Amino acid sequence: MALITDLGLQALQMFLVVVIAPFVLGVTRKVKARLLRRVGPPLLQPYRDLWKLMHKEAVIARNASWLYRVVPYVVFAVTWVAAALVPTYATGLLFSWSADLIALVALLGTARFALALAGLDVGTSFGGIGSSREMMIASLAEPAMLLIVFTVALIAGTTQLSSIASIFVSAPPGLRVSLGLALFALMFVGIAENARIPIDNPATHLELTMVHEAMVLEYSGRHLAMIEAAAALKLMAYFSLIACLFLPYGMAMTDKSQTAIAIGIASYLAKILMLAILLPIGETSVAKMRVFRYPIFLGGAFAAAALAVFLLFVSRGF
Amino acid sequence: MPSLSFDIAHLLAGGMLVLSFVLLYQDRIIAVLNVFAWQAIVLSLSVAWQAVAQDAPHLLVTAAVALVVKGFIIPTALHRIVRRLEIHREIEQVIGGGPTMLTGLGLVALSIMLVAPVKEGVSIITREDLAFALAVILLGLLMMITRRNAVTQIVGFMSLENGLVLAATGAKGMPLVVEFSVAFSILIAFIVFGVFVFRIRERFDTVDVGALDRFRGERRDHP
Amino acid sequence: MVRRGVEEGRPALTELWCAASLLIIAVGGIALGRSPRGTPIVYTASLAVCVLACATALTRLLAGASPATLALPVGVPWIGAHFRVDALAAFFLIVVNLGGAITSLYALGYGRHETSPLRVLPFYPAFLAAMNLVVCADDAFTFLLSWELMSLVSWAIVMAHHREPANLRAGYIYLVMASFGTLCLLLAFGLLAGAHGDYAFATIRATRPSTIVAAFAVVLALLGAGSKAGLVPLHVWLPLAHPAAPSHVSALLSGVMTKVGIYGFIRIVFDLIGDPTPWSGLVVLALGGVTAVLGVLYALMQHDLKRLLAYHTVENIGIIFIGLGLALAFRANGMNWAAALALIAGLFHVFNHSVFKSLLFFGAGAVLVATGERDMERLGGLIHRMPKTAVAFLIGCIAISALPPLNGFVSEWLTFQAILISPQLPQLGLKLMVPAVGALLALSAALAAACFVKAYGVTFLGRPRTDAATSAHEVDNWSLTAMFVLAALCVLAGVLPGFVIDALAPVAKDLVADVMPRQAGVPWLSIVPIAESRSSYNGLIILAFMISSASLTAGVIHRFATRATRRSDIWDCGFPLASPHTQYTSSSFAMPIRRVFATTVFGMHEIVDMPAPGDMRAGHFQVRVFDPAWRFAYGPLARFVGGAATRLNRLQFLTIRRYLTLVFCALIVLLLVVAAWR
Repeated sequence: MALITDLGLQALQMFLVVVIAPFVLGVTRKVKARLLRRVGPPLLQPYRDLWKLMHKEAVIARNASWLYRVVPYVVFAVTWVAAALVPTYATGLLFSWSADLIALVALLGTARFALALAGLDVGTSFGGIGSSREMMIASLAEPAMLLIVFTVALIAGTTQLSSIASIFVSAPPGLRVSLGLALFALMFVGIAENARIPIDNPATHLELTMVHEAMVLEYSGRHLAMIEAAAALKLMAYFSLIACLFLPYGMAMTDKSQTAIAIGIASYLAKILMLAILLPIGETSVAKMRVFRYPIFLGGAFAAAALAVFLLFVSRGF
Repeated sequence: MPSLSFDIAHLLAGGMLVLSFVLLYQDRIIAVLNVFAWQAIVLSLSVAWQAVAQDAPHLLVTAAVALVVKGFIIPTALHRIVRRLEIHREIEQVIGGGPTMLTGLGLVALSIMLVAPVKEGVSIITREDLAFALAVILLGLLMMITRRNAVTQIVGFMSLENGLVLAATGAKGMPLVVEFSVAFSILIAFIVFGVFVFRIRERFDTVDVGALDRFRGERRDHP
Repeated sequence: MVRRGVEEGRPALTELWCAASLLIIAVGGIALGRSPRGTPIVYTASLAVCVLACATALTRLLAGASPATLALPVGVPWIGAHFRVDALAAFFLIVVNLGGAITSLYALGYGRHETSPLRVLPFYPAFLAAMNLVVCADDAFTFLLSWELMSLVSWAIVMAHHREPANLRAGYIYLVMASFGTLCLLLAFGLLAGAHGDYAFATIRATRPSTIVAAFAVVLALLGAGSKAGLVPLHVWLPLAHPAAPSHVSALLSGVMTKVGIYGFIRIVFDLIGDPTPWSGLVVLALGGVTAVLGVLYALMQHDLKRLLAYHTVENIGIIFIGLGLALAFRANGMNWAAALALIAGLFHVFNHSVFKSLLFFGAGAVLVATGERDMERLGGLIHRMPKTAVAFLIGCIAISALPPLNGFVSEWLTFQAILISPQLPQLGLKLMVPAVGALLALSAALAAACFVKAYGVTFLGRPRTDAATSAHEVDNWSLTAMFVLAALCVLAGVLPGFVIDALAPVAKDLVADVMPRQAGVPWLSIVPIAESRSSYNGLIILAFMISSASLTAGVIHRFATRATRRSDIWDCGFPLASPHTQYTSSSFAMPIRRVFATTVFGMHEIVDMPAPGDMRAGHFQVRVFDPAWRFAYGPLARFVGGAATRLNRLQFLTIRRYLTLVFCALIVLLLVVAAWR
């Protein structure tokens, strides 16, 4: 019986992220539109878009290989696994011991690898633009991400996400500059990885300004639906990561009663909504950067994360 | 020591260090001047907090001086100079942004390594404040040597002074006399630089110090 | 006493008999080289012997018996030749012979395309024999003799296609660097043997060298073994020699011979010298980090598939040295449990790299056979023409980019876990350096993924750029079997890493006197490097999750979405179908990364020559880079040596009286020294 409950809670987390992801995307688009003094699409529009895409015929280039057809499934599956592993409303679920922070980052890297290959598969120049830029951004963001992991793991003493959240709630680390810097760096890295302004404009139609969109330019129909859903899931994964590492309050810990779960879900949704509103506010206040300023942007994230690590060694006599 | 007061002191000193990095990162003059003003404000907050924590009211005067002089007067004056002389708004860097940031990180590591082994007669807080202050000083110096523009070199010098004040307030019992002399030296330096800047402007129609080299009789090919 | 010696000796005989039989096959290769049946016979025989040696070494490692020794009365009179197979040697014998066996299997198919078999066949088994002997050697003479034999025989194979001038230069530089490496190792052993000159490893192990001697020996071992392994800046021969050899031998050079270099380093520094100092760990760590990043940056600039793979070997050697440096640092501070973790991370990467680098070189060899091209920018679209090779190569690319759930990720994860322990080190220099090296490791992993997206995407995906690519065909079944065996090993080592870690436990016990927690008992087959509460990784669960979510997705899509598919032209944003040359090439793919990193490291300079509007002449785009190793280290060194040689050349043309004066002066100087010493 306990096993069934545990399994149910784990499955609930898995399905919660995939169901909520398009809604979060809808919220960001609505808020952005309102900030730009437009009415904006309805909140549930992304669901309708996915449904429409799933019912459209998929047009595939004649020289596209099996890799091209398999990649959308792989990208969606891997991103879903990554997003489902991050603790959302409860710690200590059935499989939460397998949610290692480094493994999570690497899983998102696998999805990116697959998508970059798909960009090169059909053999157009736009696919190449997207793939090469995406790999450059990844190479700049990974060191910063590792140093963020390092900072958090040093403070918490473990790289298991669920344990980190429990430790941060039960033994608060206090007002630490390192955690602030790590949050700042994680937000920058998250913006870069999710292709938001100022790194990439998800709503652009100019191919030469695209990074993520250029890789998936040839996709249509159900394949495009899976890739769009994967992009929304990746955003959810980063939101959940920020919520779990820096705002772990409200999560159901050892007590898994109905009220604790309900509080957990409610607080999780509140945190995600808050982040979903803050993101477009940030996006509308800056302009998109040109491509060769990305190293400075991500270098700033790296410097913040490196400072966070060094400051850890200075304080508390580490 | 109460943990919260230590955390806040740590936070403010760390904030100054982060702002030094942001100074290195900027490449537009207006942004540099604004960030410098913020650094002076954070410095004054840090000194005020030290005044409360060390129970030394004369430090409040130091904080007020830092806030007024370096937080408002000098940045406003520099804004006016930039506008009046129509100084080119982009700052040229000697080495690229990436290597500069990496050197900055290396300097932070160096200052931590230098200060950490000092063990006699200092508490943990003092040691860490000294590490931060030394890092701010070194970063100010780095900013001075990697910029081609005279106004940003002035700002680098000021940022270095901020680091000195941070170091001095971190150690208990800095007398007011020292502070006044420090303030005077800043003012004098500023006047000298200001005159220098106007003189350069009259003669050479630019405040790019690279231009000075051409008139020293040594032609160097800029890469 | 005598009987025990014989009993212990008997097991070691198996490995030595294998090495001896490989030498016999080599001799046979000379005879059979000209006949068409020679190739299959030699390679089948090598395959059989290598499988036997691998199996013996595996049983020895798993059984965990005490080391087997053997002393033969050949060689130097007062020492003889000692051989010893302990846990470390057993592990490296597995790596060497597994590589040798799979390469022989591959060569059964690939070897048919060899134009001058007589230049390869005799040397190939001798190469395998020499590597086996190096790993088994238990005294300095045997070690150095086998090391030199290994270098010379592989040089002979590198020079197999000696008509091409590039190969001549490659062989020359290879020989110079190999000699330099042997010289350093000779000096190291000389220092360690001390004034008595007893070169047996058993004696060296027992004596404790002074700190100065130990420091010099570590530096010399780093130079000597590092040059064979490919540490920056001693790596310059690697990208010249590895591509010059035939592809199956390139796999051996990159995947196996570099590991023998690492074996030499571990044997000297961990085993013979013993107690390391923290600064040695710092130096090795820093060198490893720099090697990793520079290696992959070099690889990104290449468009020759085999050179790219050779430079990439340098990166992986850097990763292994990071693990070894961490192990040294932890051991120096008495944290043996952490040293065990770092050492096992490094050794796991040794195994992983030999597997996936061989796989990738086999794929490159298959592409070379199918199309006749090594240059990626003349290939493309091979996934349609060579589907099975494409699958195997893809698995190799995913594994080498350290992506879960394959094996490359496991060794990187273990290295990161070792890095996360570093704040417990007392030395502040180490505490600050290790996160920096960790950032370098993360950077190199991300750049490696970019490198292999490029390699796979430009070679196999897209549209064919030349006729050679259009007319490619799938390779023979021997090559495919070899590649798929290695791909299966990549997957197995990725999802069941606990078994590998447990197998490595005796090695860690010998070298750092502690082991990692036993992995076999961990629930769900995860691996737990330190403690369950700290961190764990489960490749099997991740793979299971991926498969189940992919199936669930496919099921939902097939149920709810339409199955309609239509094949059409490429959309390309509405532009008409352009020539295949508008695709991204390998240098254009690397351009953003080149602009970011190569401007400082390689002094990259882009020169664009665009004609004015209305002018119909062609535009030109030129990228100039220089190799910092050649420009700052080897170039000046070569010029200095050349200048000194020119000046010393005058000694060739002296008169008889001048020669007598030289002899007289030397005699007087020696007599003065004797007088002063007295």
